[in-house]
Amino acid sequence: MKNNKIFYFIVILIVAIFFVLLLGLKEEKNYSPQPETKKLNNSISLQELYSGKNIFLNDLLLENELNLINIWASWCLPCKAEHPYLINLNERFDINLIGINYKDNLDNSKKFLSDLGNPYDEVLVDSDGIKSIELGAIGVPETYLINNEFKIIKKFIGPLDQDDYENIISLIKK
Amino acid sequence: MINQIGAYSLYICLFVSVYLILKSYISSKNFDKKIDQTFFATLSVQLLMTILSFFTLVFAFVFSDFSNITVFNNSHTLKPLFYKISGTWGNHEGSLLLWLLVLTFFLFIFFVTSKKMNVRYRILTILFQEIIILGFLLFILFTSNPFLNIFPIPDEGLGLNPILQDPALAIHPPLLYVGYVGTSIIFSASLAALITKTVDNVWASHIKNWILISWIFLSVGILLGSIWAYYELGWGGFWFWDPVENVSLMPWFCLTALLHSIIVLKNRNVFHSWTVILSITTFSLSMSGTFLVRSGILNSIHTFANDPSRGVFILTFLLFLVLLAVFIFFFNQKNFPDTYQRSFLVSRETSILINNWFMMFFLSVVLVGTAYPIFLEVINDAKISVGPPFYHKLIVPFLIPFLFFMALGPNIKWIKDKIKKLNISQIIFLILSFVISFFIVLNTNTNYLFSTLLFTFSFYLFFNVINSFQKKNSNLSQKVSHLGFSIFMLSILFNGILSKENSANMKVGDEINFLNKKLIFENVKVESDSNFKKLVGEFKLNDNGKIIHFKPEIRVYSQPETITSEADISSTLFSDNFLVFSLIKNDGFFNVRYQHKPLMIWIWISVLLMSLGGVFSFFKLNEK
Repeated sequence: MKNNKIFYFIVILIVAIFFVLLLGLKEEKNYSPQPETKKLNNSISLQELYSGKNIFLNDLLLENELNLINIWASWCLPCKAEHPYLINLNERFDINLIGINYKDNLDNSKKFLSDLGNPYDEVLVDSDGIKSIELGAIGVPETYLINNEFKIIKKFIGPLDQDDYENIISLIKK
Repeated sequence: MINQIGAYSLYICLFVSVYLILKSYISSKNFDKKIDQTFFATLSVQLLMTILSFFTLVFAFVFSDFSNITVFNNSHTLKPLFYKISGTWGNHEGSLLLWLLVLTFFLFIFFVTSKKMNVRYRILTILFQEIIILGFLLFILFTSNPFLNIFPIPDEGLGLNPILQDPALAIHPPLLYVGYVGTSIIFSASLAALITKTVDNVWASHIKNWILISWIFLSVGILLGSIWAYYELGWGGFWFWDPVENVSLMPWFCLTALLHSIIVLKNRNVFHSWTVILSITTFSLSMSGTFLVRSGILNSIHTFANDPSRGVFILTFLLFLVLLAVFIFFFNQKNFPDTYQRSFLVSRETSILINNWFMMFFLSVVLVGTAYPIFLEVINDAKISVGPPFYHKLIVPFLIPFLFFMALGPNIKWIKDKIKKLNISQIIFLILSFVISFFIVLNTNTNYLFSTLLFTFSFYLFFNVINSFQKKNSNLSQKVSHLGFSIFMLSILFNGILSKENSANMKVGDEINFLNKKLIFENVKVESDSNFKKLVGEFKLNDNGKIIHFKPEIRVYSQPETITSEADISSTLFSDNFLVFSLIKNDGFFNVRYQHKPLMIWIWISVLLMSLGGVFSFFKLNEK
C-alpha cells in the first residue's frame, strides 16, 4: 500500500511539472494579459538600415497614430508570406510601421526590401538579436501593436494571416 | 536530389523503427531460446540508412549546397572546410540527426555485444530503444527536418555563428551527445532487465561498460565546453553556472552516482532498485536538458531555435518516456531479487552510499538553481536570477565532508570492516594537510576557516590517493580518477585564492603599472583572414624582469556580422597569463583586461585524469 501512495505521488508530481513547463513554453506567446504594465523599454536604440544612424526606438513612435513594430529577417520564409499584408496595411491605412531586421545580413535585407517592396516607415537593424529579445521576441516574425501611450497592446507571434490583418484594421478604424 | 536521398533514408528508418517496435513487442511475448536473425538485418538497415542520411547532410555542407535550407542558414562558401563539416551539427536540425546516428549506432553495438545475455532482455532493450528512436525520428521529420528545399536556390549562405568557429567547440557537441545518448541505452536496458527479472550482478557488469562510455564522453564533452568558454568568451572563467552548463552537469552527477552504485550491485548484489532509479533519472535528465536547450525556454548562446512547437513535442515525448519508466518500475517491483544482505555501518557499501547521497545533494542544488527560476516565472511572473553565489554557498561547505569520505572510502573493505584504534598514517596525513593548508591560507590573506578546511581535506584526499598507489589490492582506475579529482579540487582552490586581475582603458603607447608588473600597449594592426578581419593588439608585460608578449585579437566576421574578442593566453604548467582587449568607442581607446591564473592547465589535466580512470576501467586494466 505504501508503494502505491509513492507511485501516485510521483505520477502527479511529474504531470504537474509537465504542465508548468508547458505553460512556460506558452507564456510569451500569449497576448500580454495586463497590457498597461507592458510599457516599451525606452532605452532601446538601434541602427537605421540605410543611413546607419543610431536611433532610439521610442523616438520613432508617433502619438497620433497606431504604431506597429514588425520583427523580420530576409532568411525567414514566413516573413515572405506575411509581407503582402504589411504592404497593404501601410498603403491603405494611417499606420506607423517600424521594421526591426533580426540577425540578418545587411545586403540580403536590402535586397529583400527592393525585391518585395518596402512597407516600413523606418527599418532598424538588430544584428545580434539582443534588442528584439529585450522587446520580448521569441523568434521571427513577430508583430507588436503599440498604442499612443507607447504600450504594447497586442502581440502577434508568427506570420500575420487574414484574421490578424482584419484584426489590425478594426483597431485602426476605432 | 541529394536532399531527397537524405529525407527518404530517414523515412526508411521510420518504417524500420515501427517494424522493430512491433516485432520486438511480439517476440518478447514468446520465450524463444534463440533470437531472430531478422533483428540483426533490420538493425543494420536502420543504422546504414541513418549513416547515409547523416553523410548526405555533411556532403551538402561540404559542397555548400544552398538548395538545402539548413545549409543555407548555417554555412557559407568562404568558411574553412573544417567548419563547414562541423557546421553539420552546429545547428538544431543537424545536431538532431547526429543524435539519431548515435542512438542507432549504440543500439546496434549493444545488440552485437550482448549475445551472452538473456534473449528476452535483449529484445526488450531493442523495444525501448526503438521507442526513443521513433520519437526522435518523428521530431526530426515533422518539426526539424534538415532536408527541406529552398527555391530559388540562393547564391550564398548566411554563415555559421562565428563564435562557434573554434576547434574545441566543433568537437564538443558530438562528444557530449555520445554521453547524453549513451544514457538512453542504460535507460532501455534497465527497464528491460527489470521486466525480465535480471537486475543482478551479471547485468551490472554488462551494463557497467555502457555507463563508463557515457560517463567518459560526458566528462570530456563538458571539459571541452569549459575550455572553449575559457578561451573564447574572454571572461577568464571556465564555469559560469549558466543554465545550459548546468543541464550537462546534472546527468553527470547522476551518472557518477550510478557508476559507483553499479559497482556495489556487481560485487555485492544489493542496491537493485536504487540502480534502476538512477538509470531512469540519468536519461530523464539528459532529455530534460535537450528540452531546456532546444525549446527556447532558456536564452543562451546554446539556444538553437525558438520554435515553440519543438518545445511542446520534446516535452510531451519526455513526459511519455518518464511515465512509461515510472509505470514499469512500480508494476515490476516484485521482480527485484530478494537477496537480503546484512549490511554494516563500516563497509565499502556504506561509503559508496554516502557518495551517492552527496551526488544527489549536488544534483538537487543544481536542479533547483536551474529549474526554480523557470517555475517562478510561470507561476508568479517574477524574474529571479540564480548565480554563482547560490551554488557556491550551497555546494562548497558540503565538499568538506565529501572529500573526507572520498579519502577514506576506498580504504574500507566490503561487507564489514573495523575502525582501527589509531591509524597512524591517517593521522599524519590529516595533520600534515592541515599544517600545509594553514600556511597557504595564512600567506594569501584569505582568513577563512572554510578555505583552510577545504585545502586540508583536498590535501588529505591527495595524500591518501598517492599512498594507495603503493597498495596492490585496490583498483587502478579508481585511484587514477580519485587522484584526478583531488588535483581538480586543489587546482581550483589555488586558482581561486591566487588569481589576480587588472582592467584598464588604454590606447597605443600607454603604459600601466600594477602588482609589480608593467604592461605596455605597443601597437595595433589590421589583418585579414579568409572569413574575417581582425585587429591584432601587441602588448608587452614585464613581470619582475620576465617578459611576456601578448597578441590578443578583435575579430570582425562578415557572415553574419559579428565582433568577437580572442584572448591571448600564455600557459605554463604553473600559471596562465590571460590578456583580452575590446573596443570601447572610436576614439582609439581599448579596454584591456589582464588576468593571472595559477594552475589553470591542471584543471583540464585533472578532468582528463578522471576520465582516464574510466578508460582504464572500461578496458579492464584493473583485473590484471
